[in-house]
This record gives sequence, C-alpha cells and structure tokens, in this order.
Amino acid sequence: MLFSPLISKSEGVSVIMLKVLLALLPGIALYVWYFGPAILVSITLASITALATEAAMLKLRNRPVAPFLRDNSALLTGWLLALSIPPLAPWWLVVVGTAFAIAIAKQLYGGLGSNLFNPAMVGYAVLIISFPAQMTHWVAPQGLVLNELSFAQQLQYIFLGALPQGLTLDAVTMATPLDTLKTHLHLEESVQHILNMPIYGQIAGHGSEMVAWGFLFGGLYLLASRIISWHIPVAYLVTLFAIAGIFHLVDPAHYVAPLFHWYSGAAMLGAFFILTDPVSSPTTNKGRLIYAAGAALLTYLIRTFGGFPDGVAFATLLMNISVPLIVLYTQPKVFGKKSKEGKP
Amino acid sequence: MRTLYTFHGGIHPPSNKAQSTRTAIAHAPLPSRLVVPLHQHAGETAKPVVQAGDHVLKGQLIGMPDGFVSSAVHAPTSGTIAAVDMQLIAHPSGLPNLCATLIPDGKDEWVALKPVDFRDHSSAELQHLLRMAGVVGLGGAAFPSDVKLRIGKQKITTLILNGAECEPYITCDDMMMRERAAEIVQGAEILRFMLDADEVLYGVEDNKPEAIAALRQAIKESGHVLQQDKRQEAVAIPTIYPGGSAKQLIRVLTGLEVPSGKLPTDIGVQCFNVATAYSVYRALAHGEPLLSRIVTITGNVREARNYEALIGTPIAELVALSEALPDTNGYIMGGPMMGFALHGMSGPGPAVHVPMVKATNCIIAASAKLFPAPQPAMPCIRCTRCVEVCPADLQPQDLYWFAQSKEFGRAQVFSLFDCIECGACSYVCPSHIPLVQYYRFAKSEIRAREHDKQLADQARVRHEFHEQRLEREKREKADKLAAKEKAAQAAKLSSTSPQQQAELAELAASRAHIREVAQSEVEHTTERTGE
Repeated sequence: MLFSPLISKSEGVSVIMLKVLLALLPGIALYVWYFGPAILVSITLASITALATEAAMLKLRNRPVAPFLRDNSALLTGWLLALSIPPLAPWWLVVVGTAFAIAIAKQLYGGLGSNLFNPAMVGYAVLIISFPAQMTHWVAPQGLVLNELSFAQQLQYIFLGALPQGLTLDAVTMATPLDTLKTHLHLEESVQHILNMPIYGQIAGHGSEMVAWGFLFGGLYLLASRIISWHIPVAYLVTLFAIAGIFHLVDPAHYVAPLFHWYSGAAMLGAFFILTDPVSSPTTNKGRLIYAAGAALLTYLIRTFGGFPDGVAFATLLMNISVPLIVLYTQPKVFGKKSKEGKP
Repeated sequence: MRTLYTFHGGIHPPSNKAQSTRTAIAHAPLPSRLVVPLHQHAGETAKPVVQAGDHVLKGQLIGMPDGFVSSAVHAPTSGTIAAVDMQLIAHPSGLPNLCATLIPDGKDEWVALKPVDFRDHSSAELQHLLRMAGVVGLGGAAFPSDVKLRIGKQKITTLILNGAECEPYITCDDMMMRERAAEIVQGAEILRFMLDADEVLYGVEDNKPEAIAALRQAIKESGHVLQQDKRQEAVAIPTIYPGGSAKQLIRVLTGLEVPSGKLPTDIGVQCFNVATAYSVYRALAHGEPLLSRIVTITGNVREARNYEALIGTPIAELVALSEALPDTNGYIMGGPMMGFALHGMSGPGPAVHVPMVKATNCIIAASAKLFPAPQPAMPCIRCTRCVEVCPADLQPQDLYWFAQSKEFGRAQVFSLFDCIECGACSYVCPSHIPLVQYYRFAKSEIRAREHDKQLADQARVRHEFHEQRLEREKREKADKLAAKEKAAQAAKLSSTSPQQQAELAELAASRAHIREVAQSEVEHTTERTGE
C-alpha cells in the first residue's frame, strides 16, 4: 500500500488465460463429436508436457515456479499446439512439439511476455519440418472410413504404435480437406468436382467445418468479454476472404471459394486464438490490421501455391518477426501532439 | 445543450462518494496545536517572518513569498509560535520540512482585514494581493494562483472552473459547490475579470447533480455581480476518470488539446479549481487570507464527512473527528488513484502530528479490506488494456519497457513526459505492474541527468573562463616584462658602443624568440584543456 493507484480492478493474467482456454471448449467439443476422443488424449499429453517443461525451465532459470505455473499460459500453448496437429499420432509427437514450444520458443526468450514468436506455432513448425509423415495422417471424420478405430485401439496406436491386425495407418486416416484439394488440383481436377468427394461438407471439410464454427463461437466470446479486440480477427478473415474471392471469381475451377478458406485448416483458430496472442502481436490497432492482413495474405499464398498443407503457422511466424517494425511505424497520435510528432 | 467532446480512454472506478455527502460540511474544532509548513505550494519555500515566542493574530503573515513561484503562509488562528523548525509533513518522500508550530490562544482573534472591490484594481495589483493572501490551487497541486493569472499578452477566451472531482472518495469540491455556490460564482467572476476572459465554464461530472443545480441557481441569482456580456455556464460532463485532469477537462469542454509541453493559456484557456475561486473571493472581497480548506475524511471511518479545517491541523485530530475504525492500517492523502500513503501514520490512533496543508483535499483511512495489498507483479504480456484506458494516448506498455530497461532516451521519444500519472494503466493492468511508479522513476532519472548535465556545462564554462584568465594574466605579465626591457635597452643604448649595441640586439631577438615559443606552448595547452 505504498504507491498510487491503490485500487485495481484487474482480473489477472491467469484469469485471462483461463477464459481463452474456456473459449476453446466449444471447438474441442465439436472436435470430439466429429473425430472421436483422440484429441482429448493429445490435449492431455500437451498439458502435462507444457506444465512439466515450464516448471523445469523456470527452475533452471531460477524463477519462481508456482506463480508462473498458475498463470495458465503454458496450458494455452499446449492446447493450441495439440489442436494444430493430428490427434492420431505417436505420443512423442505432441510431447516433442510442446516441449520445444515451451523450452525454446518461450522460456529461452525470457518466459511469459518475452517471446517474439507464438510458441505453439514454433512447435508446429518444428514438427512439420522434422516429422512431415506423422503430421499428415489425420484421423478421419467418424463414418467416413470403413475401418474405424475404437478409442482403445486409438490409445494403443498412440502409446504403443500398434494398429489392429491387417490395418495400415492409411486405412484409418486421411489427408486434411486442404491437402486433398491441393493433391487433386494437381491431378487437373476441377474444384467443383473435388468438392463432391465425401470428405467435404457444406462449406469445407466434413466435420472440420463444424469445429471451425466452434472456434468462431469461442472467438466471439473472447470479443464480447473484451479479451481480444476486433482488429486482428476481422482484418484476417476479411483479407483472406477478399484474396480468395478475387482468385475464385477469376478462375472458380482452380481456386476454391473464400468461405472454404475460412472454415478450413487453422483459419478460425488462427484468427481468434493464435494471431491474437498479445505477446507476439502488435500493440497498436493500426499495426494489428496490417499484421492480420499480412498473415491472411501469407496464409492464402502458402495454402494455394506453397508446399505445406496449411499456411496459418508459417504466416503467423513470418508476421511475428515483423511486429516490432509494424509497431514502430504505427504509433498513434499522442494527446497534444500533431500526428507526425511523437514518432520515433 | 453544449457540444461536449471526449478524450481517449478513461476508467470507471467505484466512486465511493456517497458516504461523505450525507451530511453538511462541519467546522473542525480548534486543534490543540497547529503545524504550518512553509512549503505547502509548488515553487519556492516561503521565508519565515516570525520566531519562536512571537504572538501572532489570526491571518497574520508568518511566511513571506520568496521567488517568482511562491506564496504567502499565514497564522491560521491567534496564538503563540512555539517553534520554527523541521517537522514531518504530508509528502510522498516522508522527509521533514520547515514548519511553524503555533499554540492557539483560543481567542481566534483576527488581524485587521482589508477587503477590496476587485473592479477598482488592475490585474497586477490583484495578483499581488492573492500572492500575499497565500491563494494557491486547491485541486491538489497547490500551484500559486497569482502565477497562473500572469498571462502577459495572451488572449484568454475561456475560463474553466474545475468541479469535475473525478477521483473516487473525494467530495470536498462537491460539498463546497452545493453549499457555497454563490461565493464560487463571484470568485469566478473575479478570475474572469483578471484574465479578461469571454466566458466561464464550470466542468462538473454528472454524478454531482446537486452541485450542478446549485451552481446554475447561483449563476442565475448573481446576475447583478456578473458583467453583462460575459456569461457563466455550469456544464454537466460525463463521469469518467480522469475527467478532472486539466488537459482532459479542457478537451471535453472546448474540443481543444493543449499542445504537448505547452500551457492551457497558449490555446486561450485557463483553468482553476472551484475551491480556488472560493478562496479568491474570500481573499479579495473579505480580505481573508487562505487559512482553512475543506477536507473529506472518509474510508474506514465510522462517519465519513467533510470538514472545514485550519491549515496546519494535525491529520490525526481530523481523523479522530470521524472515528477511524479499529482495523485501520494506514492513511492516504488525496484519492486512491493519485494520492499517497502518509508516512509514520498507521493504526486507528495515529500519534504523529503530520499536519494538513492547502493541498490536502481528502484523507482516507485505509484498511486491508478497502485497499488489499497489491498482488505480486507478473511480466507484461502486452495485452494493451493500458493503451485502451490511457487518456494521453500513450503506449504505457512500451514506456514501462523503456523505464525498466533504463532506456530513457527511448522513453522520451515515446512521450514519457506527456504522461499525467493518472494511474488508469495500473488500475487495469492484469499483471499488476505498478506502472506509474516506473514512469515516476524514469522521469526523475531523466530530470536528475539533465540537472547533472547542466551542472557539468556550468563547470565547463567556469573552467574555460579560468583558463582564459590565466592566459591573459600570463600575456599581460610578458608584455609588462617586454616593456620594461625595452625601456632598459633604450637607456643602455644611449651609453654603449655600436659593437655592444649589435650584441644586445641579438640577445633581445633570441629572448623574443624564446618568449614566442613559450607563448605558443601556452596557447596550445589551453586549446587542449579547453576541449
């Protein structure tokens, strides 16, 4: 009780992070509904790894462990990474990714608040570069493949690497809707033709489009509770829509409709949960618009012309590097100063 | 309806004002002793003009203004000066300062008062009267009012009377506006006259409807004392902290922004607190110097209330009037957003005689329940809640970063000195970082460095002058020597042979050469040291 102000209304970092975790629940619930409970296993693995790595690193860095474990930020990183990678994968995949995200991308940069890059996306990038094969086997939506694995069989595969007699991994998994589209476009099929495949639903991938709705719903909750501002999600989705719309209008046979991009891959998750990470995104509103628009452009380019199945992670990381520059050149006008002044 | 403007950001902390507005302003009884600090205004300390043992009358000068920015200090009642020495005062630093201790004789006997009609005097004369009456801003900064009225050739369009009182808990201005609106209106007219302003606007937050109604009534009834074509208007402004900060209030009422580093007068506006206007009226129309003010005693007390109390009254005696509750663990002077905890005072029965001063608008008894201990600070996560509430449109998270890494140059580039230290950023910070404290630190470090640089500059100038003087003295000595030699030579020349003359000339030439070499060496060294 020494310094003014002597009152505070703030809810604290841990509550903010907790609300973000809560906002992920609708998407996770739909994920379980359409793809089975395997995702809960990887979220659990990611949570344990995140907390353990965070604790170990804090200990090594001689920082207090308990308050930082309670801030929920490590959990959030773990959850976001788990939601970005295939749930039906060897257990060590999510463990390696999460450990790398927390130890290297977060703690070695200085811990909470100091990381230049989004830790979950760094973890994703490491995994997709190091283990591309494991990263492409996605669990199929329920009812789409002949040989569906029971939860027990899924656990057996995740922890022991064993599949039931006579089944190969390819028989029980699929490529993502984005990946399938890309592969078939290379085979000179038209977009309209490809979208008739059973993997696709009303807007985008069967099941995955519903999960995207879940993330959109959670994102709206974050907006309503003022945990994130509208700038990043709106600029991201609008830009993605605009670019995809232009290509689609010019050549609908080769370029899929903009809504497909919204509801595919990590676009919704990215717009509301990943790009909005306050630590690694710009602090100015104008900067946020530029940052999100840039991320949308990169997402589209990587998805459409690049070699990776989705572009959100690399788009995020590339825009993360640009944040200090963006912030420097988007300083708002200070009270009593002409807009030109006050700029560095 | 007048068009109002907004400023960026702001917060809505719980107002906690209702507790202290239930009852009328009470007069605090005469305390057993008064400790009157000689430095209770911004600027230079007043020079004491009394000694221990002197008997003084109420209103008698005890501290003479000393310097351009300074103000007079008076005896708040009649009695005997017990001491003029260093005493603990209400200041964030907790350091003692020069005070006059007065033991009241209980008679409360006035000096002869000299009321004046302000219309008979020039602004300069009135300024002097206010300076000698010890009138300072009563909004909190206690800046000498006469200095704010010396405006030179600037045209003042709008005089703003600040009755916003945006800080939680504080109600002294509210109660004064309710009860003494007529005097405030007349004081405002005096200020308007002195500034030759075109209009007077009162900015009062709309959570004080009684005060606004009282002012409007008083303005209507004071028609005869107001100059015909110069109107006064009480404006209800939205309740948002820090709406009572001068720059923000000016923006809300006029839409104008005081340019960074400039004064309100630079854009034709001047701002005074409503209580200051009241004091101006009392000082001129009644000749009474500023001896008392209204203080809100609130917080963890049995009966929160406003008191009119003499300057120098021990805060402990004031708090006792409202009965601090047993779990009281400290006292705050000012509001919870910008006030500070008083040193040496804790528990329900403080023993220390820290006195109230002209800037003391509010004393809040604190308890662990009302003001919980701050939670441990976490790292900044750049969530920009601070940016959203900053009324100066700053980037508090960046300023914090620069302050804690001591990048003061960067902090200044990011407009550190436009921060008004309102505390809105700290209030909303989810990481519980004492942000304002970092800004205060950075500001004081920068000021200290600038001060050091000035001292270094002065030292360098002095050193250079010293070197020049030494050089000049050397040259003068050499010239004198040369002149002497010449004279001696001339004397010799007349009595020597041509042979000797030639030898002497040669000798003189070589001497001159040596002198030249020595001279150039001196110059060389001076140049080097002068660098």
